[in-house]
Formats: sequence, C-alpha cells, structure tokens
Amino acid sequence: MSEPIIEIDGVSKRFVKSLDLAERTARLLGASVRQLTVNAVDGVDLSIRKGEVMGLVGESGCGKSTLGRIVAGLYAPSAGAIRFRGRDVAALKGKDAKEAALKVQMVFQDPMSSLNPRLRVDQIIGEAPRVHGLAGRGEIDAYVEAALQRVGLDPAMRKRYPHQFSGGQRARIGIARALAVQPDFIVCDESVAALDVSIQAQILNLFMDLREELDLTYLFISHDLGVVEHISDRVAIMYLGRVVELGASEEIFASPNHPYTQALLAEIPTFEAKKKTYSVIKGEIPSPIDPPSGCHFHPRCPHAFARCRTERPALKETAPNRYSACHLNDAS
Amino acid sequence: MTALLSIEDLKTHFFTRDGVVKAVDGVSFSLMRGQILGLVGESGSGKSVTGFSLLGLVDPPGRIVDGSIRFDGEDLVKGGEPMLRTLRGKRIAMIFQDPMMTLNPVLRIDTQMIETVLAHENVSRAEALKRARDALVMVGISSPDERMQSYPHQFSGGMRQRVAIAIAMLHKPDLIIADEPTTALDVTIQAQILAEMQKLCAETGTALIWITHDLAIVSGLADRLAVMYAGRVVEEGETARVIERPLHPYTKGLIASVPQGKTRGARLQQISGMPPSLRSLPKGCAFRPRCARADEACLEEPALEEKLHGRKARCFHPWSLDEAADARRQAPSRDGMAETAT
Ligand SMILES: Nc1ncnc2c1ncn2[C@@H]1O[C@H](COP(=O)(O)OP(=O)(O)OP(=O)(O)O)[C@@H](O)[C@H]1O
Ligand SMILES: Nc1ncnc2c1ncn2[C@@H]1O[C@H](COP(=O)(O)OP(=O)(O)OP(=O)(O)O)[C@@H](O)[C@H]1O
Ligand code: SF4
Ligand code: SF4
Ligand SMILES: [Mg+2]
Ligand SMILES: [Mg+2]
Repeated sequence: MSEPIIEIDGVSKRFVKSLDLAERTARLLGASVRQLTVNAVDGVDLSIRKGEVMGLVGESGCGKSTLGRIVAGLYAPSAGAIRFRGRDVAALKGKDAKEAALKVQMVFQDPMSSLNPRLRVDQIIGEAPRVHGLAGRGEIDAYVEAALQRVGLDPAMRKRYPHQFSGGQRARIGIARALAVQPDFIVCDESVAALDVSIQAQILNLFMDLREELDLTYLFISHDLGVVEHISDRVAIMYLGRVVELGASEEIFASPNHPYTQALLAEIPTFEAKKKTYSVIKGEIPSPIDPPSGCHFHPRCPHAFARCRTERPALKETAPNRYSACHLNDAS
Repeated sequence: MTALLSIEDLKTHFFTRDGVVKAVDGVSFSLMRGQILGLVGESGSGKSVTGFSLLGLVDPPGRIVDGSIRFDGEDLVKGGEPMLRTLRGKRIAMIFQDPMMTLNPVLRIDTQMIETVLAHENVSRAEALKRARDALVMVGISSPDERMQSYPHQFSGGMRQRVAIAIAMLHKPDLIIADEPTTALDVTIQAQILAEMQKLCAETGTALIWITHDLAIVSGLADRLAVMYAGRVVEEGETARVIERPLHPYTKGLIASVPQGKTRGARLQQISGMPPSLRSLPKGCAFRPRCARADEACLEEPALEEKLHGRKARCFHPWSLDEAADARRQAPSRDGMAETAT
C-alpha cells in the first residue's frame, strides 16, 4: 500500500455570516436577527494514498465542495490541518508553498464562474504552463492544442471566449486547464456532471489513463453513484459536514454499513425504460445552520435510539479497512 | 388536441469571425399540455441554444435564421421581442444550465424571489415572501427563513441550482424549459424535485422540456424523447420505445455508454471519434465518420422520417428495423428447406 499524499486531519470549516448594516440596525431596534453560522465541514479525518481515486459522495450542501476547496488550498480550515506529502501546507513558505499550490489542482463544480470571461481559451489553458515553464515560448500553441484535444474539444475553438461554448464544453475547458499544469493531485468537483455519457466515458477513461501514466491521485466528488462506483478505489460518504462511512468502493457498494449509506444506495436510479412516480422526501431536511444533536442522521434514521440523540458517533473501524460512524456497531 | 408548442425546422446560427456556427440546424418537435419531453444529445449538439431560441435569448452574432416556433397558437419568431417579453418568466420559464444566469450575485435570495413574484402578479409583499419561502421548501432547502437572507455565493452548487428551479416554478408557467436542472444533485434531492415537477405538470398542465444527458432520469420522467446530434434532431419517439430499441446509431451508442457498477475498473464504451466541428460538418449524414453502419448512401443527407409507427429517425440504415430483417434472414432455415424441396 502506497504512502498518503494528502492527509486531512481534523478539518472543520465554519462560515459565519456577519450582519449587514440593515440587520445590525434592526437588531438595535429590538428585532431578532441572528448571526448565522454554517458548519459546512465538521471534524473530517481522511488520508488519501498516492495513486488512488477517493470518491466523495453525499447530499447537496453536505460540505463536499468546501472540503475539496480546503484540500486544494483555496479555503483555510477553521480547525485542523492539511498535509501534502507529510508536510502541513499552512506552514509551507515561498517555493514550497508555490509547488504545493501547483501540484494540487481543482476542477470546479461551476465552470462559468471559475473561468475568466475576458480571456480566450488558449490564454486560460496556456497561462499557467507558460508562467511555470512547462512549455517553452514556441511550444505553447501546440501544448494548448494537445490539451484541448485530450478533453475532446476541437482546437479550432481555442480563440473563443468562455461564453461561446456549451455547458459541457466549458466543463472540459476547466479539466484541460487543471491537467495542463501537470499536477500530482486533482480535486474533481462534479467534473463530469455536465457531460453526456459518451464524452463522460472519454473523460473518465482519460483520468484513468493519466493515473497509470503519471501516478495521479484524485479526490473525486460526485453525486452520481454509478460514476463513483466505476472510478473509485475507496469511497467516503459525507453527511452534514461529517464523514460517516469510508472503505473500499466494492465493499461499500456491496454491503453498506451506515444507515445513511444504506438509504443512499437504495435510491440509485435504475436505468429502465419505464415511467416512474417520484416521491417527496419524508421528514425534515437537516440544515448545517442548525444541525441535529448527537448523530446528525438521527432525525431520518430508521434505527435511531436514545444515545443517537445525545452522542456523536465516532468513525471506527468495523472490519479491516472499513470505517463507519454509527452507534449500532457498538451494540454487538 | 392541438400542441401547446410546436417547433418546425428551427435553425439558429452564430456568425462568428471565423465562420458560421450552425448550432441549431433543423430542430422539430411538438409538445402537448402537461407533457414532458426529454431533449438529450451530445455536449455541444445544440440543446441549450434550442432553449435560448425558444425564449428569444440568442445574442448577436447569433440569430434564428429559419423555422417557426408556435406557442399556444402564436408564432414566437414573428412576434419577436414584444411578444416574448410578455411571456418570459410568466408563461414560459427557463431553468438555465448555469444557475448564475438566473441569480443576481449582488442581491439576497429573498429580494430576488419577491421581485420575481411581484413582476407579474399583483400581490402584497408579505404574500410574495410566503410564496418564495414555500417554493424553497419544495426544492428541499432547509432552514429556508435563514437561507433566504443569504447571497448566492453562500449557497452550495446544488443549492443554487435548486433556487433557480424554485424561481422558475413560482408562476406555474405553461411551459418550463429545464436545462440540465439536476446535474449536481444527489439522488434524494433529485427525486424530490422530479416529484414536484411531475406534480406541477399533472396538476396545472405545465409542459416540460427536460434537457439532460442523464438517460436514467429521463427514462423515468419523460413521455417522449428527442435526441440531438450536431444541431439536428436525429431521433424522436416515445421514451420507453426509444430506449429499448433505439433506431439511430448515435442513440444506440449513447445508451451503451451509460456507466454502471458492473463496469468498475473496466474501460467505458465510448462512441469512437470526435464530435464534429459545427463549422465544417461532414458531407451527408453528420454522424457518418463515427458510424459503423455508414455506407455510400450516407453521403446524401438523411431526412427526419417516420420509420416505425410514431417513431422518427434521421438515418438511412436504422437499427431495430434491420434487426427484424436480420432475424428473418437467420430464422428461416425452414424457408431454406422449403427451397431445396422444390
Ligand atoms: N455565442 C456563441 N458563439 C459561437 N458558438 C456558440 C455560441 N454559443 C454556443 N455556441 C456553439 O453552439 C453549439 C451548441 O451549443 P449548446 O450550448 O446548445 O450545446 P448543448 O447541446 O447545450 O451542450 P452541453 O450539453 O455541453 O451543454 C456548441 O458547439 C457551441 O460551441
Ligand atoms: N462562502 C460561503 N459562505 C457561507 N456559507 C457557505 C459558503 N460556501 C458554502 N457554504 C455553505 O456550506 C455548506 C456546504 O456547502 P458545499 O458547497 O461544500 O456543499 P456541497 O456538498 O458541495 O453541495 P452540492 O452538492 O450542492 O454542491 C452549505 O450549507 C453552504 O450553504
Ligand atoms: S448512530 Fe444512531 S441515528 Fe446515527 S446512523 Fe447509527 S443508528 Fe442511526
Ligand atoms: S445515415 Fe448512415 S452514417 Fe448516418 S447514422 Fe445512419 S447509417 Fe450512420
Ligand atoms: Mg458542491
Ligand atoms: Mg447546454
């Protein structure tokens, strides 16, 4: 088993919404305006080994992108630390800090707002490789062309601006940009969500090829369980800011331990040619502004008992290299 | 019953400095009240531009160069901007692929939603606020009261998408064009939104165009399916039948590429070759360079024609039809025997 390349150590992220002027005034006048705290990520430990694909799944708003951004060095954690190749990135300075920033890249969920609208595509993709000397002055055009071709884009489009592309084409520009700096680690945030299945297959195959060739490591955030199962070696399941289950992809999909994972896997849409009647979620959807006490999943958990309402379950090893955060595992 | 929407041979081109991009180049389909049409196809095949064209949101250097769009008896291409302005948001709403096209980054969510309600309806601010809040609950936003006071950047990607969906549903429009509305949503929230959409369509007769690449969703949701390739509709028909027995080779390739658990570790099937450049399409059928069934006939341009009852395809050698022929060719050893006997 290879050594970890990224270690996420007790990481939390809180967003505090400060009151704006109108709200402060209202509060002075006696209105009940609260200062909001969103506990987006809440004490996550995760170690990602060199060359593996770690899938990260969980409900919308559970903190996946926030965790991804922390790993990529774009947000500072409110607590805890990120270690890249064994060294705390917050403590890195100068050349080392730059190196870490370059070697850990992120492909953003929202390509439109992460691509500079005033730059042409060849500038967007070519800028960093040029600055960092990955391609010489004379080679940059060919470099950009190859980068575009790899993600299935026509190099003839390289003089266009981001708004002149389709949604899926923009997503691929984001991927090409991240790959162009030759990173060691990539956080892929819903990177194939906007792609049709054929191009999705091409990109997933490309990711796997690069892993073989360059020993790339991925944190692969996706809501698409079919894709995650296909590509991940291990999977981490998040629920409301916490990792609730972790283990080899095959094992988790075959026999999920945590009640949330079980519920999640039961919902995988099957691909059948039949009209379905979808149903509305039962019970209240929990909020990271006001998370439930104890186990965050208890209001929706069919197995919840008294202890679940008061005590946070720790992520414990339930079988070799399988981890789950549920009190039920203590009962036996 | 007359169709609520009927699009006939729509063409929308972009006149760029380095050539004409024929983003939409022959799209036809129609839609009844309460019906759900899935619009699928390769990335860049013109799905979003079709949606923009319906709402008159194509910016120069792009414009509709040909075709008609009839909505509830009116021709939207002829009626132009004055007519569209009265419909947009109120009777026809669009959920954009990028939620930030709906959301204003500098306004709080409550402000944006209240203004949307008040733009077309004469209700009190308090009533508008209540409607906005209910809509957020419908799309599964927790702590709606606190969340409404936030700005778009304080939401997660999926939450922004859900707010945009809530805004489109505010006026219970006659037609919603939903462009990849649930791409970033997990299965539970997705099911919740699909349930609300189904309810809206069934109860108020809203018709829905659901643009997506996710065949699993669309197979469970849409009544009919239109498949686009290189700016054209290449196959159209009832969803279940298209998925079970696709006619067009592109549709067949699309269905074969869906990743599933059992493919873990293996390479995924992908349609060979590159998507064509819209500025220089191959001669004849646009899918020809990637098609295993192509022959000389395909150097001519196929038309979208009815191949089976109620099913259209734009192809000279469609699947399924041939399968039937193949089956006939193989099964009849009896015929063969009959022949030798005579
Ligand atoms: N403003 C523009 N100028 C030039 N070409 C454009 C412009 N907008 C879109 N296009 C091109 O038109 C084609 C169709 O784009 P469209 O956005 O409709 O694709 P799509 O089917 O929605 O794809 P996706 O699934 O990736 O969102 C694409 O090839 C795109 O590059
Ligand atoms: N800049 C911010 N300010 C305040 N709150 C934020 C900010 N960014 C994220 N949040 C909140 O943190 C929580 C987690 O958000 P995050 O984007 O990590 O979710 P996610 O798991 O990626 O969801 P999705 O699948 O919808 O993209 C959400 O409740 C979100 O509203
Ligand atoms: S700890 Fe309790 S509430 Fe949480 S998942 Fe386990 S049984 Fe359910
Ligand atoms: S017309 Fe010919 S090239 Fe085009 S899809 Fe049909 S068989 Fe293939
Ligand atoms: Mg996210
Ligand atoms: Mg699109």
